Amino acid sequence: MVNIRRIGEEQRVRETSKDVAKGGAQQTPESNGMTVEDLSAFYGSFKAVTDVNMQIKRNKVTALIGPSGCGKSTYIRCLNRMHEVIPGAYAEGKVALDGQDIYAKGADPVNIRRRIGMVFQKPNPFSKSIYENVAWGAKINGYRGDMDELVERSLKQAALWDEVKDRLKESGYSLSGGQQQRLVIARTLAVEPEVILMDEPASALDPVSTQKIEDTMEDLKKKYTVVIVTHNMQQAARISDYTGFFYIENMGDPGRLWEFDETSKMFSNPDRKETEDYVTGRFG
Amino acid sequence: MSESQTEVATRGSGPGEPEDKTAFKNTSNNRNLTDKLFTVLVTAAAFFGIVVLAVLLVDVFRDGLPFVDGQFLTSLSSITPENAGVYGALVGSILLIVLTALITVPIGVGAAIYLEEYAGDNFFTRAVEVTISNLAAVPSIIYGILGLGLFVNGLIVPGMGPILLAGALTLSLLVLPVIIIATREALRAVPGSVREGGIALGATRWEVTRDHVLPSALPGALTGMILALSRALGETAPLIVVGAVTFATFAPPISPEALFGRYGALPIQIYDYIQRFRPEFKDELAPAGIVVMMVVLLLVNSVAIVLRNRWQARR
Ligand SMILES: Nc1ncnc2c1ncn2[C@@H]1O[C@H](COP(=O)(O)OP(=O)(O)OP(=O)(O)O)[C@@H](O)[C@H]1O
Ligand SMILES: [Mg+2]
Repeated sequence: MVNIRRIGEEQRVRETSKDVAKGGAQQTPESNGMTVEDLSAFYGSFKAVTDVNMQIKRNKVTALIGPSGCGKSTYIRCLNRMHEVIPGAYAEGKVALDGQDIYAKGADPVNIRRRIGMVFQKPNPFSKSIYENVAWGAKINGYRGDMDELVERSLKQAALWDEVKDRLKESGYSLSGGQQQRLVIARTLAVEPEVILMDEPASALDPVSTQKIEDTMEDLKKKYTVVIVTHNMQQAARISDYTGFFYIENMGDPGRLWEFDETSKMFSNPDRKETEDYVTGRFG
Repeated sequence: MSESQTEVATRGSGPGEPEDKTAFKNTSNNRNLTDKLFTVLVTAAAFFGIVVLAVLLVDVFRDGLPFVDGQFLTSLSSITPENAGVYGALVGSILLIVLTALITVPIGVGAAIYLEEYAGDNFFTRAVEVTISNLAAVPSIIYGILGLGLFVNGLIVPGMGPILLAGALTLSLLVLPVIIIATREALRAVPGSVREGGIALGATRWEVTRDHVLPSALPGALTGMILALSRALGETAPLIVVGAVTFATFAPPISPEALFGRYGALPIQIYDYIQRFRPEFKDELAPAGIVVMMVVLLLVNSVAIVLRNRWQARR
């Protein structure tokens, strides 16, 4: 079932990348993006993830899947230096964005997080108005353009504009869970990042909201590089171009990137047995 | 996947099912009764507090209100009851409390922000935390003695003498631990996901604290601050130790000079009236002084409530 879906999917992916090439909006070649080398992540003395190597392609959607506790969240938080925000947590290795190591000495994590945005599992709007939720990040980052226009554009990109355009002054908390999550996506888009990291953005949402978020993803990858953690195999198959499978072989080991490949391959004939078992739902 | 589904299905309608229902004794009557009983108990507890406060207020106002008049409010201390008033002590108390708030709120909030938002969880911060909790429990007279040594007589720097500033600094030492604890508590109640959301947008810790964490924590912190400042307003012992005058025959000027002059305070003035020889002091002036002090307290509290509500409505 998954495979049949993939054929149509690939068609669309190819068209999308052609669009991008034609548009020529991107200055840097597609091969740029993020390069992860020998990345390990720790919580104090506990090693949660070890030796990850991954090439995250620009303007593609990369899905991260794997059983609970295998380090997907830990790993994705290392990609914009959010991991180290947790007391005692740190990462080792190299993560480069367009060739620049974000862990290099002198690299400014604050600036890196603007360029590599993040959407969390649980919607976390600020207790401010809908408008200010979107505008705040842009404002502190010194946005000099027309703020009203930016807010509208960001909300449209996140497929939320029509639902909130008449109530921008109301609190972000007055929205439903699915709307809040799209508000958070809009807020992330408003600082114009290059990469968007999403950790199970739809796990707490109903199918309709999930669908809306997936639809926005199609649009997003025209402009952005997207990395998404998901427990939903169909979702990974539907929306991603590349898939990474994280796995812990023996209890107590750190999580590893078990297999990483094009999504079509990962879901039709992966190289490793554990991957196949996982994507076909035999465990996990 | 389909295998495990059928397995679950058979297990769900297994032969053990019907008996399982009897595994739970039907106790809902008892439990509902307990629930009602508890509701009555907590309501009674709440009313007890309100009734005690109401009785206190009525009693104080009945005894004192008839003697509060313009003459009483505008006169200084005097040995003749007809001429005596609380003006000097009132001005002293108000200046003390305003000064104490100006000193403690920035320092207290700053310390709380540092401990809660910036400092990690390590030996140093835990030691500071324990120390602050202990300081909050130290009897106020000890602070008076500390203030006497530190500010009035001068331990490290030359002493300033028994001036208003020394009194306010002493009261500040007294309330600072409480303000730090209350503000930390309020900061801790702000969910971490809000901080992460801000930081993930490329904000600095300070920007997140200023724009999201502090505004959310402010109403809670304000409550703690007012409780602490109210306590300072009623303090007598430490002020006597640091040399506030008991018999305020003068009022501090309403100008910066007041900082360096001597001062009286309402609770000390009331105490002084109570122990005087002529009965009018005890029966008329002291109750009237208590009414004035209560009104000041209630005013301080209501200012806080108004501030808090305005703040909450704005967001
Ligand atoms: N704040 C933390 N402190 C210490 N250990 C942590 C912390 N967060 C996660 N871990 C540990 O790190 C490991 C990886 O956790 P992580 O949250 O990255 O898994 P995950 O793949 O995202 O799981 P899930 O699919 O359930 O979200 C787990 O063993 C977890 O217990
Ligand atoms: Mg996770």
